[in-house]
Amino acid sequence: MVKLEGVALRYGWPSGGAVLHDLNFAIAEGGFRWLLGPSGAGKTSLLRLLTLAVRPTSGRLNLLGVAVERARRAELPLLRRRIGTVFQDFRLLPHLSAFDNVALPLRLAGRPEGQVRADVSEMLRWVGLTSRAEALPPELSGGEQQRVAIARAVVARPALLLADEPTGNLDDVQAERLMQLLRELNRLGTTVVVATHSTALVQRYPGRALVLAQGRLVHDGDSGEAPPPEAVSQHPPDAAR
Amino acid sequence: MARSLRPSGADDLGLRRALSDRLLPLLVAAMTFLAALALAGSMAAEGLAEHWRSGAASMLTVQVPSPEAGAAGGGSRADTVAHILAATPGIESSHRLSADDIAALLKPWLGENPASLALPLPAMFEVRLNGAEFDAGGLAARLSQAVPGTLVERNGAWLARLADLVRSLRGCAALALLVVVFIAAAMVSLATRAGLAWRRDAIEIVHGLGATDGMIAGLFAMRITLLVLGGALLGLVVSMPVLLGLTSLAAPFGSGSAEPLTPAELLRALPPMLWTQLASLPPIAAAIGWVTAQATVRRWLGKLP
Repeated sequence: MVKLEGVALRYGWPSGGAVLHDLNFAIAEGGFRWLLGPSGAGKTSLLRLLTLAVRPTSGRLNLLGVAVERARRAELPLLRRRIGTVFQDFRLLPHLSAFDNVALPLRLAGRPEGQVRADVSEMLRWVGLTSRAEALPPELSGGEQQRVAIARAVVARPALLLADEPTGNLDDVQAERLMQLLRELNRLGTTVVVATHSTALVQRYPGRALVLAQGRLVHDGDSGEAPPPEAVSQHPPDAAR
Repeated sequence: MARSLRPSGADDLGLRRALSDRLLPLLVAAMTFLAALALAGSMAAEGLAEHWRSGAASMLTVQVPSPEAGAAGGGSRADTVAHILAATPGIESSHRLSADDIAALLKPWLGENPASLALPLPAMFEVRLNGAEFDAGGLAARLSQAVPGTLVERNGAWLARLADLVRSLRGCAALALLVVVFIAAAMVSLATRAGLAWRRDAIEIVHGLGATDGMIAGLFAMRITLLVLGGALLGLVVSMPVLLGLTSLAAPFGSGSAEPLTPAELLRALPPMLWTQLASLPPIAAAIGWVTAQATVRRWLGKLP
């Protein structure tokens, strides 16, 4: 489960400005959330918090049963291995093949090499990249890199899956396959958070949505009731609450 | 928990490019070369000092004023001294310098013919010790009682100065080794920092995927250790011809022979302790590399959440 209570994030503390203010929401285990909002609303910062790339400046953040704000640094690697992330910029290691990029989470978890080979091959087959397994990321198209990033995020069956614009570089068929994968993982118990600008995607797969504006949560409910981005981008945060 | 990113030891962080196998090994080779010279210099100073010490310490000089005068026990004072020296344990041989020998010794002060000056010259005994159970104080007391005015002179002052010189040289060598260690550690730290900067993105990615500090530091330390070990072996190999050349030059001072040493004799001429110390340089350099890389990477990773 994911639970935020009064969470704020400020870069370059104490002099930097706050990018997230007083966030309060919870996602039950196996829950699904769209993360919506205009550019600069704080979606990426919230995802950075949830991927443990930063810790909250204040407030309480509970991820998968671990109180992040109090956790010792040595506890975080194990927690990170239970979180899968699809980054907007893919974040692949350019000197490793597609196969080895996908294999990284399994190897970090200490899985036997035989199991790694089987799981990674299956994952690459699923994303349609079996023939490109030995290609390096610079040799892959944007869409192919996106699929490698997706395969890497889900290969270890994470308990929490975070995706930042996961369909941005995919064609309609691949985007459809990805959404089916996310729904299937969600059905099997994985908590899923997907950040997107695509209203079409949200309309096609309606569900609960978190809407951010200027670093504040302005909506936590059905995606069909979420305010449109152009409305929240001009909305004074205090009034929006 | 996995101890490394990949059991095969593959280059998951791309460190083969980030930590080049050119500059660092060459610098470490230079440091190892200097360390080998410092060790050899220190040991050579000790060896030569020991050689001189054994020569000087095994000699003493006995001066007998009025040698031809009669002693209390009968016979001349010089003969009495000669008898006492012959009966003293620890003395290998004693030799009374001839008048010509004494004249040669005094020539710088008294000219060609000191006898013409009618000076009362003492008799001089050059005594060689065998190193076993010799009691210099006891000998001096016995001589003074039997032949008053007899002087026993050991080369103690020179030995003390020699010991001071050797201590200073060894201190300088130790200081040089410390400086070498410090510079080597600084070089490794700089190279590691450069590698961290070069591979920052890759490190942040694997860190975000759940790599521990130990895994990442281990990859860096392994690469750095291999580079340092290679450099140290290279430096050691390069230092050997120089050390053997210096040994060849120094050999006559130790052996007293001007004959050049054969290669086999040269190798044997290096003391076993020096071989041991030289052989320990690569592992010590590797250990410095490993510890420095681990510390540098872990300190850097400490800035990440």
